Amino acid sequence: MEALVAIAIGVLTGSGVYLMLRARTFPVLLGLTLLSYAVNLFLFVSGRIVVASAPLTDKGLETYPDPIPQALVLTAIVIGFGMTALLVVLALRAIRDTGGDHVDGGER
Amino acid sequence: MHLVILPVLLPLVAGSLLLLTAGLGDAARRAIGLAATLALLPLAVLLLDRVADGTHLVYALGDWAPPFGIVLVADRLAAVMLLLTAIVALASLVYAGAGDDTRGPQYHALFQFQLLGINGAFLTGDLFNLFVFFEVLLIASYALLLHGLGAQRVGAAMHVVVLNLIGSALFLFAVGTLYGVTGTLNLADLARVMPLLGPDTAPLARSGALLLLGVFALKAALLPLGFWLPRAYAAATGATAALFAVLTKVGVYAILRVYPLVFGPGAGEVANVAAAWVLPVALVTLAFGALGVLASRTLRTSAGWMVVYSVGTLLVAVGLFSEAGYAAAVYYTAHSTLASAALFLVSDLIARQRVVGGDRFEVVDSMPHGTVLGTLFFVTAVTIAGLPPLSGFVGKLLVLQAASAAPGAVVIWSVLLVAALVVIVAVARAGSALFWRTAAEAPGAPAPALDGRSVGAIAGLLACVVGLVAWGGAATSYAWSTARQLADPSGYVAAVLGSDASVHERRRSLR
Repeated sequence: MEALVAIAIGVLTGSGVYLMLRARTFPVLLGLTLLSYAVNLFLFVSGRIVVASAPLTDKGLETYPDPIPQALVLTAIVIGFGMTALLVVLALRAIRDTGGDHVDGGER
Repeated sequence: MHLVILPVLLPLVAGSLLLLTAGLGDAARRAIGLAATLALLPLAVLLLDRVADGTHLVYALGDWAPPFGIVLVADRLAAVMLLLTAIVALASLVYAGAGDDTRGPQYHALFQFQLLGINGAFLTGDLFNLFVFFEVLLIASYALLLHGLGAQRVGAAMHVVVLNLIGSALFLFAVGTLYGVTGTLNLADLARVMPLLGPDTAPLARSGALLLLGVFALKAALLPLGFWLPRAYAAATGATAALFAVLTKVGVYAILRVYPLVFGPGAGEVANVAAAWVLPVALVTLAFGALGVLASRTLRTSAGWMVVYSVGTLLVAVGLFSEAGYAAAVYYTAHSTLASAALFLVSDLIARQRVVGGDRFEVVDSMPHGTVLGTLFFVTAVTIAGLPPLSGFVGKLLVLQAASAAPGAVVIWSVLLVAALVVIVAVARAGSALFWRTAAEAPGAPAPALDGRSVGAIAGLLACVVGLVAWGGAATSYAWSTARQLADPSGYVAAVLGSDASVHERRRSLR
């Protein structure tokens, strides 16, 4: 399980970084989204992975998942979503104002 | 009792009110914004007075006992940063009142949310909460940066937003790593747990700490992560850029808050983790910033590079990680925040007054209102270039003094002094190009009249700079007591967590 999650985070981060290095706004945006997925997954498992257990806690339960990373990841998702929405609007605005979708503005 | 949370609540309420009262006229909304910003000033002074004797005011949100709940902590450093923010915010809002604030929608609401984020970041005692307040201030800053729009502004904002989103992702990676290792995000609790880490988990904590340093360096615009700053700040409206002078200091504040406290000399395996990095990077930033100032062709770009230069100087002081270094950093922060804000306002005013030339260093037309603008520019230039008798000189002297005891003092001194000379040359050239080498013919279009609010805002900031020298004894002694508090984090930890035994008791009862 740990290996699977670790590989997933690695693949997401790798693809995110690759896309962020593109020069057009849309791939950069997708890259940032993938990176934020990787971050969310990473935050989620930072409280260790507990398999086949109650989501928070239950009577007589010995091992239960840490609730704090779940709260953190919720906050991070909300913030990341808002930021991505802002970036989408900004990218569209940049196409209109500078006449292209190059990250430095204009058509290059 | 609830004093600590008021600097966060007040802008939140005022900002929400301004969002709801969109139907009111410009004058009324301006008044609400100004009143809320003005009220921050006595609040900050009151807080400063309460913490001046060395107490830490701890406020547990929702009364959840630390380390489980989020705490706000006001100490000397936080209080002085709040005061600086209040002063700069007031000046920049008065300046914006001269007409900038009506160039786009919701300027005043965004301004208040920006203050909410900044004040929150200064007060919080929780690493994740620091992230949240960073995001609040960033999203407001994006909108303020875009205020008034224009292709240049949109292009600059794109870079800022993308870079800061990457920064946020790294911040979360760092937070996750530190939480995974220590099981806590409360700064005081982190400081308590760090020395207990064994050699198996310490490397993880170290990588988390360095990742975090990278994020703070991005916010503070340290090289090589600072190239976005001059372009973005030059593109923003003057009032916004002046407020942004505080934003870079948030990054510096975060370094000053987290590293001495959590990764200080007493942190066992991860002690002094940032010490090897901050100083060299700061020296490079400083040198590069000075070159940037020299190479600028407009006053606003040069003001942007001046921020990079002053952040470099500031982090040289921080990077010494000594009591003298912290003291110099606190004084220099006050000086550089006020002086950079004044410089941004002056350059904006000059750009507006020179109808043809704008703020370009070109001989095109004469400078209207030469006496007033010349005086404002001269005082700002003397301050920012670090010439006696104003606060830049005192600040630089403190940094040099702190560096003299450090290993490699020769290198630090040479870089600081040569860079200072370069900046003096650049500022002198800017002044003479703008004010002395003027064309003989009168300009085609008459210059706009000077607005009393614009001049007043700049004069107010400069008065504070003069005050930093006039009451220099009080200012430096406050800086030293702040430094003592930073160098000995045990007071902070004890104030937040209480005695060690009670924490363990609370932990056990929760398990």
